[in-house]
Amino acid sequence: MLKYTEEHEWLQQDGDEVIVGITAHASEQLGDVVFVELPEVGREVEKGEEIVVIESVKAASDIVAPIAGVITAVNEDLPDNPGAVNDDAMTAWFFRIKPAAGESIDGFMDEAAYNALIG
Amino acid sequence: MTETALKRTPLYDLHVSLGGKMVPFAGWEMPVQYPMGVMGEHLHTREKAGLFDVSHMGQVILRAPSGKAEDAALVLETAVPANVAGLPEGRQRYGLFTNDAGGILDDLMIANRGDHLFLVVNAACADQDIALLQGLAGVTVEPVTDRALLALQGPEAVRVLSALVPEVAAMKFMDVAILHWDGAEIWVSRSGYTGEDGYEISVPSARAVEFAQALLADAAVAPIGLGARDSLRLEAGMPLYGHDMDQGVTPAAAALGWSIPKIRRAGGEREGGFPGADAILAELASGAAKTRMGLRPEGRAPIREGVAIFDASEGGNDIGTVCSGGFGPSVGGPVAMAILPASLSVGDTVWAELRGKRIPVTVAELPFIKPDYKR
Repeated sequence: MLKYTEEHEWLQQDGDEVIVGITAHASEQLGDVVFVELPEVGREVEKGEEIVVIESVKAASDIVAPIAGVITAVNEDLPDNPGAVNDDAMTAWFFRIKPAAGESIDGFMDEAAYNALIG
Repeated sequence: MTETALKRTPLYDLHVSLGGKMVPFAGWEMPVQYPMGVMGEHLHTREKAGLFDVSHMGQVILRAPSGKAEDAALVLETAVPANVAGLPEGRQRYGLFTNDAGGILDDLMIANRGDHLFLVVNAACADQDIALLQGLAGVTVEPVTDRALLALQGPEAVRVLSALVPEVAAMKFMDVAILHWDGAEIWVSRSGYTGEDGYEISVPSARAVEFAQALLADAAVAPIGLGARDSLRLEAGMPLYGHDMDQGVTPAAAALGWSIPKIRRAGGEREGGFPGADAILAELASGAAKTRMGLRPEGRAPIREGVAIFDASEGGNDIGTVCSGGFGPSVGGPVAMAILPASLSVGDTVWAELRGKRIPVTVAELPFIKPDYKR
């Protein structure tokens, strides 16, 4: 089941890793995405750390690490085709993170709660 | 400014009905984009035709008691270092309001309409400009408050507008004319702010929605917001007041010395006689130390207004700041402008400091795209 953050990320548990992307709502707000910078694989990140840069035609913004952990993979296609985020935000994942000990995504919003947040 | 104080153009309801996302801009509530999105709107304008609401801009009529445009022109020349008196009837020209320190108070378009001049000034500067004009002896100033201003830009603009108003097809770049559409007097210039062929059309407010709808009825025309207007003008290398020039930037630094012709320069027939003339003319004669130039960053990351430019990949000197920058949809990559040492040449590499990293940036020719004006 997907979980959602207040920073408009979607989180999908996949075995012992979590896949992270941004929601369709976030991609609509950003407008056409023209640049994506991803973290290095193997990097240890803190919860809340800004680890992805997204630039749209309008502005620059960040994606933060939803939990502490280690980046295990990044979507290498995105920097060459940043528009994929606008085409289908739910398949255009950004990175995979292996949660640090004691970290989990259980406490994040479910779809109904997220939909209520964005109205 | 509170939201209730924002002004609305005659096309406000039309923007909302077309899905325009309304934002505050220079005291007005304007569409920043429509459902097509900034990128789509930009490309549509370059490929077909885009309709822009620029009614927030100030429209002003300037008259001399003699009823001759030339007399009003000589008065305007005391505030604007352009060849206004030499502007033929039916033609338009670009100019600058300058201040005593040699900086730029605003930029404007000036049209000679036979018995008067018609000016278009920036929305954010309109009150200041009108007050300045009212302070000039020998002219009367009539702010035009009962007209909308629309721009139709792009390669299909001529076909679309001439279907409604046939006379526009024969106009050349920077021609102006008073014409009629369905009983309404419209003021047309073949000009714009996109680098494309196109027109700006002043329409009585009461007929503005109807006129806009007549243009939008053509399948080639899409409504375009301020977002794409900015990326279009940036690719066209056109400066934006408050960003690429302001009261602290001289005409030479803004690379707008071309708007000050020989006749107003040292040794010219009507040399000087405008605010800041000594400083401005001396700098134009000796060459500016810094001037506005184009930049093409390596990679895909846009470098935006405020990003510092350095002369080395590490250490070195801060040599200037990006004044306009973003993604150029037609260029297919980031583009920017900055005021940098004039000793730099096209092809030279400088470095932009972005999120703590230095990114190589190539000095580039302006404009970034080839304009398509019908001269």
